[in-house]
Amino acid sequence: MALYSDKVMDHFENPRNVGVIENADGVGEVGNPTCGDIMKMYLKIENDTIVDVKFKTFGCASAIATSSMATEIIKGKTIDEALELTNKAVVEALDGLPARKIHCSVLAEDAIKAALVDYFTKTGKEMPECLVGFEPHED
Amino acid sequence: MKVYADNAATTYLSKTAKEVLLDCLDNYNGNPNSLHTDGQLTQEKLDEARGIVAACINAKNPNEIYFTSGGSEADNQALISAARANKAKGKTHLITTNIEHHAILHTMRKLELEGFEVTYLAPKANGIVDVDDVAAAITDKTALVSIMFANNEMGAIQPIPEIGAICKERGVLFHTDAVQAAAHIPIDVQAMNIDMLSLSGHKFHGPKGVGVLYARNGIRLLNVIEGGAQERGKRAGTVNVPGIAAMAAALKEGCDNMEANNEKVIALRDKLIKGLADIPHAQLNGDPVKRLPGNVNYSFEGVEGESLLLGLDNYGIACSSGSACTSESLDPSHVLLGMGVPIEAAHGSLRFSLNEENTEEEVDFIIEKVHKVVELFRSMSPFWDALEKGEKEHCI
Repeated sequence: MALYSDKVMDHFENPRNVGVIENADGVGEVGNPTCGDIMKMYLKIENDTIVDVKFKTFGCASAIATSSMATEIIKGKTIDEALELTNKAVVEALDGLPARKIHCSVLAEDAIKAALVDYFTKTGKEMPECLVGFEPHED
Repeated sequence: MKVYADNAATTYLSKTAKEVLLDCLDNYNGNPNSLHTDGQLTQEKLDEARGIVAACINAKNPNEIYFTSGGSEADNQALISAARANKAKGKTHLITTNIEHHAILHTMRKLELEGFEVTYLAPKANGIVDVDDVAAAITDKTALVSIMFANNEMGAIQPIPEIGAICKERGVLFHTDAVQAAAHIPIDVQAMNIDMLSLSGHKFHGPKGVGVLYARNGIRLLNVIEGGAQERGKRAGTVNVPGIAAMAAALKEGCDNMEANNEKVIALRDKLIKGLADIPHAQLNGDPVKRLPGNVNYSFEGVEGESLLLGLDNYGIACSSGSACTSESLDPSHVLLGMGVPIEAAHGSLRFSLNEENTEEEVDFIIEKVHKVVELFRSMSPFWDALEKGEKEHCI
């Protein structure tokens, strides 16, 4: 079996939502201390809905693929729905990742959360309980 | 286009080696330890192979050649033998470098647990160990110096004759892991004062799973594999004659054609090095001249090696990377870090290892596609803009 599923390779070769949103409503950047990967997410939010999302990622194929898949999943979703997204769901949507690459999916989940923390901080809106005291995973 | 540029990882079996392998499988399948004709005919093949290998590295006597399962086993046996056999004499110090293959480094760690003290020398920025550092590290307690002939990742060729001379003068055993050097650059164990040497068949168009430990007569080898009395009692297990004969044939072919091959491969290597030099914030790792004929190792800042590697794989180009993401351990290349390459640059490194079968057209293709993937992944990098605007400092 190949290292990566066809879906991972598709999202690596044709990543969705790559780029930057100027004047984004929320920006989150997280890095993985284990391997040095860095992910940055930009959110455009209207009426509690993520109307646009872009990312830039420095990292391996699975880091790029998880960023791409995570943005695809949350685009058009409400903030509450996006907050329910787990790294596990991203991994499942990609038809799995090798064990040592699971941390890449954690990075994608954390990047979205970090961008939402930034949104709530910037707008002064009440931070959902699950984001209070949010710290990206150490690993 | 399919371009295989990962010959330092493994090579394809040569036509000659394959013919020998098949011939042995068909016609020399006896156990060389058997006394019947089948066995003895196979024994002759084995003797012949031993003679060929001895001649290729200029060993004094074919009985100094011990066949193993590969380079790693040879490295293990060389280190363990030199260390444990000298322990009783109070020699408990070993010297190596921090850029060795893990077969050396992990065996050294094991010996440290047994009470040996190990000095890990760091090379200069060009990846080459300073001979003076080797001389300065030797003490009355030093049992062994083990320094690789040429580095597998960034290709730097070490000053083996000079180190051999120092070790001889100081009465210290000298082992070299010549896995990347054999059949690619000249080896003369006598002239270079090499006491022990490891090599591996599949790095020069021989089969996998077969290698050599050369140990000068008079050196006490300890068994890593216990059992029957094969290989003068120093390596148990029914001897893999087909593999050994094919390896010997490949080694001889490589050595016989070394000059002609190198003329071609060095030209291809230098063309590739030159062709990638215009990529900004990139650097060649390892000495530009004293390097293996086929080795090109570049770091590209702001991009990650696994992405580059898989991006190139999509174009049909096979190479390797020292990125953390490509390793099982998620650690970036210890070799690049060990020679002082910044961690970001190690993360974005690619190694191309060419051979005589590569063509100029393939090198042009690699040059074009590397430019393309580096640009693509830099455009996806969250910090490349900041580097370009001067908000962050470039490391290379």
